[in-house]
Amino acid sequence: MQPFLEKLAEEYMSLHPRVKINVQGGGSTAGIIAVQSGACHIGMSSRPLKPEETGLNAIQIAYDAIAIIVHPKNPVAGLSLGQIRDIFAGRIRNWSDLGGPDALIVVVTREEGSGTRGAFSQMVMAQQDISEQALVQDSNGAVREIVVRDKNALGYISFGLLDPRVKALSIDGTAPTHENIMAGRYQLKRPFLILLRPDAQCVLADSFNGYVLSPRGQASLAQEGLIPVQP
Amino acid sequence: MRERIIERALFFTALSATFVLFLIAFFIFQQGVPLIVKVGVGRFLFGLKWAPASSVFGVFSFLVGSFFVTAGALVIAVPFGLGCAIFLAEFSPKALSRVLKPVIELLAGIPSVVYGFVGVIVLTPLIREYLGGPGLSVLAAAIILSIMVLPTIISISYDAISAVPHSYREGSLALGATRWQTVTGVVLRAARSGIIASLILGMGRAVGETMAVIMVAGNAIKLPGSILDPTRTLTSNIALEMAYATGQHRQALFATGVLLFVIIMIINSAAYLLIKKDE
Repeated sequence: MQPFLEKLAEEYMSLHPRVKINVQGGGSTAGIIAVQSGACHIGMSSRPLKPEETGLNAIQIAYDAIAIIVHPKNPVAGLSLGQIRDIFAGRIRNWSDLGGPDALIVVVTREEGSGTRGAFSQMVMAQQDISEQALVQDSNGAVREIVVRDKNALGYISFGLLDPRVKALSIDGTAPTHENIMAGRYQLKRPFLILLRPDAQCVLADSFNGYVLSPRGQASLAQEGLIPVQP
Repeated sequence: MRERIIERALFFTALSATFVLFLIAFFIFQQGVPLIVKVGVGRFLFGLKWAPASSVFGVFSFLVGSFFVTAGALVIAVPFGLGCAIFLAEFSPKALSRVLKPVIELLAGIPSVVYGFVGVIVLTPLIREYLGGPGLSVLAAAIILSIMVLPTIISISYDAISAVPHSYREGSLALGATRWQTVTGVVLRAARSGIIASLILGMGRAVGETMAVIMVAGNAIKLPGSILDPTRTLTSNIALEMAYATGQHRQALFATGVLLFVIIMIINSAAYLLIKKDE
């Protein structure tokens, strides 16, 4: 979520030249801890807060969805959530079990600790481990590149990074489209949150937050491929 | 007086490089060793499971991955590298070596990410098409690494072969040996330790390479069952997971660094001793 916020911070700073916003990455947990401890004014998180992460105002600024992608020539058009779990857990290994050709499924996942992997595990894997045989790549782009080049590959990436070179599968019959994600029909959806400390009384943080939720801020998030919260 | 000041200044700059090395070593060990102790040396080195989310840290498959990728690279690079060094030093016309040597050295100057990119675009689809598997594999990494270590092997072997005194060759030829017999029986034997040192330094380069390997090896955690299976090396493990690692997970990556540090130290000391012995 860092690149999206960097862009918004830049826009905000060009409107308010005297304000300086310094955007840093490091993962959702790091963001939550940083704002809790007062190391920064605004935190961001690409996953819901856990019950033990208290004392913060979490403001939803956009949605992102996770798309399950395959090669465009792959005849499989959709899977159930259970089938996706079985594939990533290593129980389904051949496309022929899913109505495809007789070929081994090349499963691509993200590295341990990545936010996208965390969200995927939470929503799909139901406490099960991702197979150790899965290829591991360290960015959405690298996962997509493998799927573009290998007609037997299957991976997951952020919805905002879909392009025509890959095919996004429907899940339980629902395709990952803007409308389906907004209406809450597509299951693999995660929130992008801005975190503020209610006791901090920081005027600038509130003002930035206001900008992100304004029509202008929301429009630029939508332009980057996210699903805005304010229609 | 001025002389002394300059001497002192140079002494300190020389010292600073070593100082930085000690600082790095200290930091890696300070961060990594506690975790190794906590997990247990045996469980850390020979554990097959790597699951940072559930605090299980076993690096055996990465150790095996590094070993196979490096060994594979040497199997491919040694015959080519040695052959090339022998040709350049013994048989090549002067004009040709004057062109070939700088070109080979240029190979060492290509950034590793470029090798990785070529590997992903050209090599892995070929492997997938003709040999099977996902393409991203031990074999792909070994081939890319073999090209990357060639300059090291060729230039150091070349120097070792060229350093053999001319009188040795003349003596051998005078005794009626052919040129090839002279090369294999006399020159290579005399240059032996330099050649072995070149292989060891090449090995060090292969073990330490990260970027190109991440791009073509597939990075799966599982122990590879064949050369067409994906694998993860020690260096890739650190670079892949570094970005988001915190707490114990971060320490475990430093512990992987400790292991790598020890391996590289052993390899480089071996090369150093061999070169020393030669002198």
